Amino acid sequence: MNDFSYLKPASRQIDFDKFDDRLLLYVLKYELSFATCISCGGCTATCSAGNLTNFNVRKIGLWLRRGETEKLSEEIGKCMFCGKCTLICPRDINIRNVILLIKKRISMLKTEKEMP
Amino acid sequence: MIKNKHVAIIGGGIAGMEAAAVLAKQGLKVTLIEKEAITGGKLNDWHHLFPDFFSPKTVIDNLIAKTNHSGVNVVYNTEISKIEKLNGRFELSDERDTKFYSDAVIIASGFRLFDATLKEEYGYGIFDNVITSVDFEKLMKTEGKLLTAQKTEPKRIAIIHCVGSRDAKTGNTYCSKVCCITGIKQAIEINKILPDSEIYCFYMDLRLYGLNFDSLYLHAQKQHKIQFIRGRLSEIAERFDKSLQLKTEDTLQGRPLRINVDTVILLIGMEPGASNNLFTKNNKVTIDENGFMKPINMHENRNSSTHDGIFLAGTVICPMAVNESIENARAAAFEVISYLEKNKL
Repeated sequence: MNDFSYLKPASRQIDFDKFDDRLLLYVLKYELSFATCISCGGCTATCSAGNLTNFNVRKIGLWLRRGETEKLSEEIGKCMFCGKCTLICPRDINIRNVILLIKKRISMLKTEKEMP
Repeated sequence: MIKNKHVAIIGGGIAGMEAAAVLAKQGLKVTLIEKEAITGGKLNDWHHLFPDFFSPKTVIDNLIAKTNHSGVNVVYNTEISKIEKLNGRFELSDERDTKFYSDAVIIASGFRLFDATLKEEYGYGIFDNVITSVDFEKLMKTEGKLLTAQKTEPKRIAIIHCVGSRDAKTGNTYCSKVCCITGIKQAIEINKILPDSEIYCFYMDLRLYGLNFDSLYLHAQKQHKIQFIRGRLSEIAERFDKSLQLKTEDTLQGRPLRINVDTVILLIGMEPGASNNLFTKNNKVTIDENGFMKPINMHENRNSSTHDGIFLAGTVICPMAVNESIENARAAAFEVISYLEKNKL
């Protein structure tokens, strides 16, 4: 059969059967308040890093909830830990601690070689 | 005969008036105790009601007529601070030790408005052009127009949802439920008097639960070009010209957003009444986790407090719209009748 070299782009669909909860379960274990996030964006509005770079702290929370481990390990280093997000949060989530826990868990996974 | 029985109602707002009128019409002796010099409560300050721009004055006038015709004894300038059961009857007293006696009590003392100065980052009481939704109603009622503090017509107005509601930082995690539709109603009213202005609503979720609420939302977008931006306001700063700079995130675009406006309206929520705590002393009345009065259950026994013979009506139970408050009060009145019939010996 002739190979016409058609592009076979990967599906853009989110495959929720392969949901990766390794980061989420760790964060919720130590910072259960995160479970109440409603993605209002108050944190992003006040974020020091997000006003200058494309870092979006609300999306960090969303990706955490959706198990987007790869995106999180790319983005998490941009946080400056100023803590303004925590001050503004209407759900009283310790967002600063959430970021710290994500970083911790990612480095744990890296040393355990569970992550590339 | 329960016709000789006496019912005392605390609070001459719309709920108290409705309950009083219903009970008096059934032949009971009713005393309606109001802390202000007039009845009607907070509705006296209101310009128009959602979702149909109905006149609050008509509502109050009808309720006053009903209470007058049915023979309710209205006592003004009296703020009850104590309810106690003595020798099988209720004794209600105020700070001056004025006493009222009754066989049943309805607490219809309503709600308190959220104090927007507590949300300091929004600048109410600091910046001249930050007002509340209640200030707006009062302005519309007394002057019929919206001007900035510099007496100019505002060109851009921002309406902020969820101020003092769904906000753990203010201690209020519940939804006040009437503010979303109030914001939409006020946006339309502003557009009607200032057709060239740009109006933006900043929201977390739009909770449009009632009949015709959603159609008013669609109407606001189609006929009045109101812009809705999903993002919680983080802070307001005042500029030299007294205009205001707002910081939020456009969460649907996923980018921080800033906007300069001339006037900001904060949609303040409903809080438990200041007297709720007083009413729980010397009896078995209790409050819920938010500080509102606790009914026996919220489904089929919502008008009964946890003390036999003390009933609840209106926003003392939870945030309610005007029509819900009145309906709820009517239900409370019938609960009182069945309680008195059961206990007529």
